[in-house]
Formats: sequence, structure tokens, C-alpha cells
Amino acid sequence: MSFLLPCPNCGPRPVDEFSCAGEVTVRPQGAPSLRELTSYLYFKRNVAGVQREWWCHRLGCEAWFTAERDTRTNEVLSIDVPEPAGPAAPDAPPLPDTPAV
Amino acid sequence: MRLPPQPDERIDREAAIPFTFHGSRVTGFAGDTIASALFGEGQRVYSRSFKYHRARGLLCCSGNCPNCMMRVDGVPNVRTCVTPLHEGAKVEAQNFWGSLDHDLLTLTDKVGGPFTPVGFYYRTMIRPRRAWPLYERFLRSVAGLGKVEKHGGRTRRYDVEHRRADVLVVGASEAGVESAREAAGREGRVVLVDNGLDPLPDLEGVEAVRGTAIGVYEGGLVPVDAGTVLHRYRAGRVVVAAGAIEQPLLFPGNDLVGVVLPEAVRRLVGRWSLRPGARAVVVSADQRGLETVSLLEQAGTEVAEAVDLRTTRVREIAARGRGGRVASVELDGKKLDCDLLVMSGGRQPAYALLAHAGASVEYDPGRGIFLTSAIPQGVDAVGAAAGDGVAAAAPSATYNGASGKGKCFVCICEDVTDKDVKRAIAEGFDSIELAKRYTTVTMGPCQGKLCHLPSIRLYARENETDEASIGTTTARPPWQPVELGLLAGRPHEPAQRTSIHHRHKELGAKMMWTGTWRRPHSYGDPSGEAKNVHDALGVIDVSTLGKLVVRGPDAAAFLERLYPNRFGDMKTGRIRYGVLGSDAGRIMDDGTIARLAEEDYYVTTTSTGAGAVLEWFEWWNAVWGLDVGIANVTGALAAVNVAGPHARELMSRLTDLDVSNDAFTYLDAKHAHVAGVPSLVLRIGFVGELGYEIHFPSPYGEHVWNSILERGADLGALPFGLEPQRILRLEKMHILVGQDTDSESNVFEASMPWIAKMDKDDFVGKWSLERVQERGFREQLVGFEMANGVVPPEGGQIVVDGRPGGRVTSSRWSQHLGKAIGMGWVPPELAEDGAEIAIKVDGSVERAHVRLRPFFDPDGEHLRT
Ligand code: FES
Ligand SMILES: [Zn+2]
Repeated sequence: MSFLLPCPNCGPRPVDEFSCAGEVTVRPQGAPSLRELTSYLYFKRNVAGVQREWWCHRLGCEAWFTAERDTRTNEVLSIDVPEPAGPAAPDAPPLPDTPAV
Repeated sequence: MRLPPQPDERIDREAAIPFTFHGSRVTGFAGDTIASALFGEGQRVYSRSFKYHRARGLLCCSGNCPNCMMRVDGVPNVRTCVTPLHEGAKVEAQNFWGSLDHDLLTLTDKVGGPFTPVGFYYRTMIRPRRAWPLYERFLRSVAGLGKVEKHGGRTRRYDVEHRRADVLVVGASEAGVESAREAAGREGRVVLVDNGLDPLPDLEGVEAVRGTAIGVYEGGLVPVDAGTVLHRYRAGRVVVAAGAIEQPLLFPGNDLVGVVLPEAVRRLVGRWSLRPGARAVVVSADQRGLETVSLLEQAGTEVAEAVDLRTTRVREIAARGRGGRVASVELDGKKLDCDLLVMSGGRQPAYALLAHAGASVEYDPGRGIFLTSAIPQGVDAVGAAAGDGVAAAAPSATYNGASGKGKCFVCICEDVTDKDVKRAIAEGFDSIELAKRYTTVTMGPCQGKLCHLPSIRLYARENETDEASIGTTTARPPWQPVELGLLAGRPHEPAQRTSIHHRHKELGAKMMWTGTWRRPHSYGDPSGEAKNVHDALGVIDVSTLGKLVVRGPDAAAFLERLYPNRFGDMKTGRIRYGVLGSDAGRIMDDGTIARLAEEDYYVTTTSTGAGAVLEWFEWWNAVWGLDVGIANVTGALAAVNVAGPHARELMSRLTDLDVSNDAFTYLDAKHAHVAGVPSLVLRIGFVGELGYEIHFPSPYGEHVWNSILERGADLGALPFGLEPQRILRLEKMHILVGQDTDSESNVFEASMPWIAKMDKDDFVGKWSLERVQERGFREQLVGFEMANGVVPPEGGQIVVDGRPGGRVTSSRWSQHLGKAIGMGWVPPELAEDGAEIAIKVDGSVERAHVRLRPFFDPDGEHLRT
């Protein structure tokens, strides 16, 4: 694997700069049955084709995003950045409470 | 012995270059390669073959075959015909027993025996089983090409460079140069890579690089071998102009020294002014071969006969040798004496790089060669590599290995003969991919450059079919031999030091790795350091802890969802121990969580888990979209832990805080100035004694550290390292994630059921933990103390009813308790205080007793008062 993956912040970068958290799954709600739980945890669809998956630009800007990738060709068709929540998030970056030097 | 100056010679006769061959002093000229210089010195045998130890000489003279591989300055398998000569080079031939010219193992060539047929090691050497080690030792000593220097480990340094190109042209052939010129100035950064001997072309707007492209990978990645540097090119467009490769003919004796491909004649005569032989026969299926005739004559070589296989039908060719060197050739029974036989089976486009990129490779029956089609986007083939101007290769009629006139080599790298291939077919290896693996044809150093086409021809003929239906094997990188060191590169392991690192060194610390961090193992006396924490006052650098700030309206909700613990009910200024788990209920990390304000938490992680926890937090934050921000302040903040009965006295000297037990209780978090530095002070007790963990800006590391040691000197303040910390935490039965737990552990079985608040609506791992409760425990993490003071090995076996029933995860001798203590996993029925267990220690079995409560201060009085 040496394909390029477009980071929403950094642009196309070698895939080994990223970590992949696998295909996007739907976490069951409420009290899942054993079957629902195990299929969520262990049974991935693992398609030969286009798959939506989670990626993190681990050795770069550390952003998480989803990408649609064709698992047969490693062609990345699109990426999507999850919406940050709440108005406070973007303009109030968290800083440690310990005073700066 | 050189010819008179030739019109295009590349040697500088004024510049003699001395070097050694097997210790004897020899000379060549500037412009020589190692092989040409040796040729000039009269050397004809360059190596001994892989299996039969047959003499081998210059065959292709263009870096495509294994024949000229020698050991140069300690580096094995250097293709000397394409390696420029340098002064003082220490050159040695390889793969011979006895001497290069009289190899003892040529016996295997003459008598054959069990070591020679293809696949012999799969069949012959498996019985009797007991004898395999003997066989193996013998095989290892005689097999393989070249020897790696045992202690050569750090003698050569390799590096990796990441580079970019908009257009990368591989090969400075005419077509390659043309492509580069065309792209220059129009397509951004144009790079031309070439591994030839001629000076790189100087083109405007083109960066020319000396090196060998060893493969084409997805994403336009082309690694280029430039000696001791691997350039990892990312190219927008790759142009393959790798040319075509001259193909040998198949006939008995086709590997004899003096049997050469046309390019060898071109280079020997034209470039280096060497006379390749006294009397030559030329047998060629293309014009290139015939063109050597005039060159040979120019060099004073008598040409006894030149046969054009396209017009003259020769049914049988057989070369005979004397002492491994060609002496005569028979063409349909007509014997011609010669010491040089130029053979040419036409040329095959060098398509390997295109195949790596994903092009399909198909046989063109009209032209007798393999051609590429469906070349993927972003890759182009030009010139001979694309098949332009490449003459059809030899018709299969020249193949006549059956005539019993000596060995006919299909693959000279691996010493595979036509007989071997036929045997493989007879044994049922009728698919080319299987046959490749069984016979190892195309798997040697030439990577199929000289044997791929002939072997497929032979296959087609023996299977009575055509080449197109036999197809081809998958071409994989590297397409040229590459030094392993180059692929391994120089390991760039990040090493992290805390801001107090240099003080540790000055204090005589023995350093150790924990993840990427360098940390003090101890300052020379682990148990003394541990004792000092119990008796007086110790200080340890814990700057390596991961530190995250989690802030925002949803901070509490976020942590409650992530951890099995509860955090929403925490009062501001309080601390809780938390264990992070996955949705499968597995323990991932642990640490403390302090609530600094309503919407503001300070989370610490293990030293090695910081990166993973940060990534985990950010991921769930992206998934849930809660209104919370996460900041990693691991490097920004240093931290030290002061612990021991005198810790409070020390803190009262360093801060103006009220440090009385009522004002600053166990698990309180407070902002304060420590030694004048604004800090966050956490009253926690990983090591079991009254303790304060002080977090403050990294640049003040040494100042705070020194202040503690100075102001606490009369209190007995001394530093302690990681090893004493491990003893102390074990006395308290505090787990180390990753040491006492593994990827299967959950908080219930790890004996921390109070962590999981199962009445919460949801948290990561809740459902899986419910399953654990339902199914019951399979094992449990407990403490144990040894009956007779022996410290069992970590990872050692806990024996139940004479069978493995558990394992030791931690064990130490505690000077303070006067006991050997440990933790380990046991079957749940043994997880009872006082239960007797047995542990394997050095082959004998030792008794131990299970302990469920901390060995030291089980009620935590030391921590709380
Ligand atoms: S003679 Fe040097 S590689 Fe063939
Ligand atoms: Zn990025």
C-alpha cells in the first residue's frame, strides 16, 4: 500500500502517515442483543468495492475524517469531515489552564 | 592488454587505477568498470554458478545476469561489469570452493548425484528426519550466492530520501531523453533516472539522477536505488524508457565462458578497447548480433562464421568447452573451433516496471515477444520498452537441448536446465506460476531478464501449446537486485527526553526505553530508592505521562461515555482514577482524571499510551460530535511526583498552599505556585505513600526538580527511578496496563469491578462488560506472595492440577515487606485470599498464596493521612 490519501487539511499525503480505524460502522443503540453486539464488534462487511472508512492523519494534523475508498484499486473517491459540534468548538480552542510560560 | 585506441573508447589511458583482486595488485584505467579492468588483466572466469559451480564469465556486460557478481570492499553480489572501478577497490570472486579456476564442487556438475535435480531439497533431503540438521548445515554452506559479512553490521550507512517529481523518466535511452526534453518546461519538475555508465545528459529543465528505479508502486511511488541512498520518488507521471534486453539462445553449453550476448562485444571493444577473443562464431536472430561482426574484425578477432538465424535454418547448436571455456561450436554437425561465441535471440522489451504499475502483459506471436497493454493512467512506455523497433526474438527451433551434448541452461542464475523444466512438467507442474516456484526459474538475481522468455518458449513447446496460452508470471519489485540495507534504511527511531533528562544523567541514572521515551531505570540502587520513599522522601520524573485537556459544555458527558467510570458527579478540584476500555470491553489505558472546573477536565494517560488515547478521544469526538475540545499538552507540561512521609513538609516549604490534610485531602487537585512556578498539584499515590504529583510548564523542569532536592535535602529527598517505582506500585497491587493486562483483559476480570458503573445508560464497552458478567469470569487478576521468597519470572506459568492454569505478569522482591510478591492471572476459583497456587520457577514448582488486597497498607492510611 503506497497510495496517496487526501487529508482535508494537508492535501494528498502518503497513506503511511495515516491510521485507519476501519469501515464506518453504526454503533447499536439501546441494549443490543448478543448477535447485534458481536456483528458490530467483529463482523465487518469488508467489501471488495467502495467502502466508507475512518482515517486519521496521525503523523500530520491529527484530523479525523471519513473517506470513500475503492478497496480493489485504493482509489479515494471522496472525503468528508465530520461537523465540529457547538459554536464554542472552533473559536474557543482549548488551552491548558496552567498559565503559559 | 588493450587494443590500440578505438574511436569511441571511454578509458583514459593516462589515468591508471590500482586495485586488488584476491589480494594481488592489478590496474585498470579511469573509465573502466571492475569487470573490464579484470578482463584487461586476462581474467575470463568471473564466478562459479549457483548449483553446479560451473565457471561463468561475462555474458551480458550490461548488468542483467548473475555472472560477474563479486564481492567488492566487503559487499557481496556486486555486478562488476556495471560498477565503475575505483582506486583501492578490494575485489574477490565468490561462490567457489578451492579456487575460482578449479572449483572443488564442480564435481556436482560432473557426477550429478542427489544434489542437482530441480526440487531435490524438497524430496531427497527429508529422510531420515533426524538427519535434517546435518543436511541443512551442508546446504547452507554450499548454497546461495555470496556471503554476508558476519560483523559487517554497521559498516555501511543507508538513507532514505523522499522526493517529488511531476514527470519521472526511467532510462536515458533515446526515447527517454526525448520524453524528458518534451516534458521539460511544460510539466513542472522533470526528473530523468538512469543507471548507465555514460555521463547523464545535460538537458535544460531536467534533473538527471544516477540510480536504478527498482519498482513502480501505487500512488506513483518509484523507489530509486542510488547506491547507499534510496530516493522514494512520488511522481505525477512515470515514463518507462527502460529499453529492451538481449535474449540468449538455448543450446547445450550456452553458459560456457566465452558465450556472450552482443552487447558484451560492443562494450568490450567499443568502450574499453578489449579484444573479446581470438576466433569467434556469431549466431544471431537479429541485426544487433550480426552488427558485432564488424566490431570483432576491427578488434582483430577472426570471425569463423556468422549465421543469421532468420535466413539460415540451424536445427542444432552445441557448444563444447575445455576447462569451462568455450572451445568449439557445432552447427548442425559442422564443428568450428572458437573461443568466443556471440549468440543473440533477439530482444525482449523491459516491461517489468510497467507490469508493476498494473499493465497487462501479453505474448505477441507475430513478433515473438511479450508486450504490454492497458497501461494504467499516469504511466507511459516509450521506445524499446514499449516494443518500438524491437526485432522478433529467436524462433523456438533453435532450442534443441535434448541432444545429450551437455547441459543446456534455461536459467543461469539458478542453474536450471532444460531437463529440469521437463522434469517439472512431467511431475505435473503445468502452470507457469507453479513451475516458477518449483524450478525457481526467474527467481534469481536476473529476475527473469534472461530466462523468462526462453523458459516460456520451452514450456510452450513441451506442453505442445503456444506461448500466449502459457502466459507469464507476475512481475514484482524489485526489478534489479538491491541491497537489503537500502530497503531497511537507517532506522529513525524518535527518542524523547524530558526537560529533566540532563539532571538524571548528572545524578548517575541508568536510562532505559519506555516506548519512545528515555527514562531513568534507577539511580543505582533500586531497592534503596524504594526504601527511601517508604522512610523519607522520593522524587520521580513523570513528565512522560500523557496529558490531555478536555474542555467544553459536553466535557463531562464525553468522558462519561468514554470511560466506564462516572465523572459528571465529580466536584471541582477532585480526582478520579479511570480505566479506558474499548467497545469490546478491553482495557486500553488508565490514568487520573481531575475536574478543574465545571467544563474543564485534566486527563493523564500512561506514558506509552498518550498517542493512542489522544487519537481515541479525537475519534469518538468526531463520531459523536459533542461540544468538547481536546488538547494534548503532554510535551508542554513536565511533571514530578514527590512521595514519602515527608512529602507534606516538603510541599509546605515549596508552596504557600495550606497543605494540611483537611485543606488538601487525598485525590484533591489544586492550582498553586511550586518553587515559584505556576503548577497543578494532584494529591495521588501510585507508589503507596503520601504523594503529590506536580504538573508545570516543561521549561521549568530542572528548576522544580532542583528545588525539590535542595529544599528537601534535610528531609532525605532523593530521586527514584522506574524500577523502584515498579516495586512500590506492586506492593500496592496497582496494575500496569500492558504489563498486567493484555488485549483480552477487562475491568471485571482485572479485579476492578468498582470502575464500571453499569447503571450508566451507555459507555464504550458497556455491552461487552455485561456479557462478561453474564458468562462469568474465565480468569482473574490477583496478587500473590511466594511461600519461600523466590521471585518467579514475569510471564512464568501458574500451575493448576499439574497443568498450565495461569501466568505471572509482575513479580519483584520487596525489601520493605521482606517478601517476593507478584501479580498474575488465575482461574476464578483460585481468586480467593489465601488460596494456594503453584508457580513454575526454573523447572521446579514453588508454592505461593493468593492475595486480593494490597500487600502494603491495604487500607490506604499512608495515602490518606
Ligand atoms: S556480465 Fe555483468 S551482469 Fe551480466
Ligand atoms: Zn493532515
